[in-house]
Amino acid sequence: MSDTVSITLNINGANHSVSVEPRRTLADTIRDDCGQTGTHLGCEHGICGSCTVIIDGEPMRSCLMFAVQADGRKIRTIEGLAKGDQLHPLQRAFIDNHGLQCGFCTPGFLMLATATLEKNPNIGDEELMDVLSSNLCRCTGYQNIVKAVKQARAEMRGAAK
Amino acid sequence: MSADHLAGAKTYPTPPTTEERNILGKRAVRLEDPPLVTGRGRYAGDINFPRQMHMRIVRSSIANGTIKSIDVSEALKLPGVVAVWTNDDIKELGPVDFRADRGAEILKPYRQPVLAKGRARYVGDPIAAVFAEDPYIAEDAADLVIVEMDELPVVVNCWDNPGEFEPGRSTEGALLKHSFGDIEAAFKKAHTIVELDLFTGRHSGVPMETRGAIGYYDATKDILELHGAAKVPHRNRETLVKMLGRAPKGLHVHESHVGGGFGIRGELYPEDVLVLVAAMRFNRPVKWIEDRREHLMCANQGREQRHKCRIAADKDGRILGLEDEIFHDQGAYVRTHGANVANRTLCMMTGGYDIPAYRGVAHYRLTNKTPCATYRAPGRYESTFVRERLVDALAHKMGIDPVEIRRRNLIRKDQMPYLIEFEEQGVEELLYDSGDYELLLDKGLKAFRWDERKKECAARRAKGESVGIGMVFFVEESGRGPSDGAKMSVDSNGDVELITGGASLGQGFETSMAQIAAEALGVDYQRITVVHGQTDRIAQGIGAHAARATVLTGSAVNQTALKLRAKALEFGSELLQLPIGDLDIVDGVIVKKGAPAGGPSLSLADLNKKLAPGAKILNGRDPHLAVEAWFNTDHTVFPYGMHFAQVRVDKATGQTVCENFLIAYDIGRAVNPMLVDGQLVGGCVQGLGGALYEEFAYSESGEPLAVTFADYLMPTAHEAPRIDVVITEDAPSPMNPLGIKGAGEGGINGVGGAIASAIDDALGRAGAVTQLPVTPQRMKALLAHG
Repeated sequence: MSDTVSITLNINGANHSVSVEPRRTLADTIRDDCGQTGTHLGCEHGICGSCTVIIDGEPMRSCLMFAVQADGRKIRTIEGLAKGDQLHPLQRAFIDNHGLQCGFCTPGFLMLATATLEKNPNIGDEELMDVLSSNLCRCTGYQNIVKAVKQARAEMRGAAK
Repeated sequence: MSADHLAGAKTYPTPPTTEERNILGKRAVRLEDPPLVTGRGRYAGDINFPRQMHMRIVRSSIANGTIKSIDVSEALKLPGVVAVWTNDDIKELGPVDFRADRGAEILKPYRQPVLAKGRARYVGDPIAAVFAEDPYIAEDAADLVIVEMDELPVVVNCWDNPGEFEPGRSTEGALLKHSFGDIEAAFKKAHTIVELDLFTGRHSGVPMETRGAIGYYDATKDILELHGAAKVPHRNRETLVKMLGRAPKGLHVHESHVGGGFGIRGELYPEDVLVLVAAMRFNRPVKWIEDRREHLMCANQGREQRHKCRIAADKDGRILGLEDEIFHDQGAYVRTHGANVANRTLCMMTGGYDIPAYRGVAHYRLTNKTPCATYRAPGRYESTFVRERLVDALAHKMGIDPVEIRRRNLIRKDQMPYLIEFEEQGVEELLYDSGDYELLLDKGLKAFRWDERKKECAARRAKGESVGIGMVFFVEESGRGPSDGAKMSVDSNGDVELITGGASLGQGFETSMAQIAAEALGVDYQRITVVHGQTDRIAQGIGAHAARATVLTGSAVNQTALKLRAKALEFGSELLQLPIGDLDIVDGVIVKKGAPAGGPSLSLADLNKKLAPGAKILNGRDPHLAVEAWFNTDHTVFPYGMHFAQVRVDKATGQTVCENFLIAYDIGRAVNPMLVDGQLVGGCVQGLGGALYEEFAYSESGEPLAVTFADYLMPTAHEAPRIDVVITEDAPSPMNPLGIKGAGEGGINGVGGAIASAIDDALGRAGAVTQLPVTPQRMKALLAHG
């Protein structure tokens, strides 16, 4: 059981060489072995989406993956969203629209929305609602999260043109 | 009577309106947000200490049984396991205590041991604790602990005949009573009486961050620290000091970021005690992070009550009396709140109506399910559901419009302040401090477009849809006393530190407190750092519960900032040689009122430097811009509100969809309308969970059936309806200088009642909903028996 595997996780452009048990989840590895604690664990069974990270451009639940499955892949976490001091349009929109209260689910929502809008900044309201319904928030009642993502969508559409 | 009563209380003049203020009352963006949107938060799981061990709890898999044996030998053999504890290892520890203000002697035998003592009483009851080098190993080892138990009969329904908690002790822990007026006479002379049998389902706060506790022992200073605390750090410290027999100076509690509280997080639980004891005994930090399954089996739950209730009215629909027999499910043990939730249910039952006679009796009963305590709007979500169901039923039976019957019975503005005194000794009275209930009713009806919607729903029903609207009126309580304090100081850079005994659970506490302080002192709110939840920084604190933080701590902050301002102006006057009355503080600079730019001025940073210890100007006065002040009050404040809902029932699937919701709420004075709005909308969607989706169901043998998010269904963005919020400031509280009332619970209070009322209307069947949540299964049953 204690046999470990050496892997390299590329997180926000930086390589982390770690030695992990095959059963170790990607979320635990990102948090505890790579020190990136912005990715949160809310349920560890793939429902709440707090642990959402972007892997090779796709939003994924890092609690449902083993770290060994992410070996060599490009992982983006909340820590890499801002460019230095410059916040990503989604981060700004969440602040402007009071899209967070306790902030625990926020990194998951931000990574989910980032991947979604990067793939399709023209995503329609209905489809966007479907996507955002895949993560749970207990504080905001979602209204302001939806508002924030729509504001960022408008901005990212403009930038994509 | 009521006016006399208020004569003894300290009251405050009507505060300025938002328009007359600078930052207080404005939609200021939050100070909390930048670290939280960039992944720099520090929640319990993010706290690590060198050499820390990890704790995993072995829990009972049966709902009631005696423990025959616990075999830890296999677990101990696993490499990386340091120790496995059972109750034998912590014999000296008493059960987890009540908070000092919640203790009733008769409930003491029902408290929860830190680890089961020969008997487990619910699925999830802690039996053993594993300590290991790694959380994965701790979990492996926990699976190797073999617990042999003999099953005992379970009590699952609190309304069944009470069982035996232990020999000679009933599972009915207490029989509580609240009453006033002549209830027999009221029912005797009634024109109409309606009786109902109602249930509110078991659900809870379920914050997105599970619980967590890290015990750290600083052997150099002999200080034991609990990290990951929340809600009531100071009170928990008091309890822990007693339980562990330590001097207060040797135990401190630290709050960091908290991933949602809602009343259930931050109460003292067995795991908090265990990490502390272990940290000391092993002289190593001990970390425990709950998993979601544990959370859904072990963290405080709430709301499960049955009400056999009736209401009496005269021929005009004026309520003469209300009577309720409550069966309150406390779960397996009495936790930190004692019988508080049952008591809050009893005392808030009559709500916003002028009812001459009331009798409420609550059977406070232990069952073999997860223990219960306060969840956001404790006792009020339940009592509003019951009262408003009765009023709706009464209106229907008498053929009176539901709006009209409420209008006839609401407490009038000229009756304020309104006193409710209970006959029972020691039961605290309620003094509704201010309110214009009928005005809110009218504003709410107008904003919701009640009359138009009524017609629209009727037209849709005529076309075969099942849509309807409903409403409730409720009174909330917040800001219970007696006092809170704050410390405030300016540093050499002109930045301000504000130390409070409050707590932040994500509600925007730092921003609110900074706005209050900034307004009073005259600085930019973004230059104020707000400290909270640190017992080593301030000796006393009330934390954040019962929508108390803004009202009580906010008032203390206001007093403290005013005191600091007075000190700054006193010295500013001497240094600028201008009368105090001519001076103002703007953006952290003392200036002459009305003087053009470049006039005489002195920044707080410079002033603070001039007030260094030993400076001549001090002339016997204390150095630096640093003060401490207190706010005292004997009175709770009572915000009030209305909830309006529109629902559609899909008769084929049994699914109820909330199409629209409106919250009208009088807050007295809002500190930050954006945050109030956030509290109300967020609370509303939680309430919707309890009304339609969320339920901690149990099998007949006491097995919990909702232990994952696949079974415990919290609303997603899809289920959240459009929610409109009307915040009114018609009745500022005379009980505090800012006129504020709490916002935390006004969003959730009436949701169950409003949804029930709207479903009745949609089905065209008054009184159809008697039980929450109205799941598709229950709706199908309801339709089948229609």
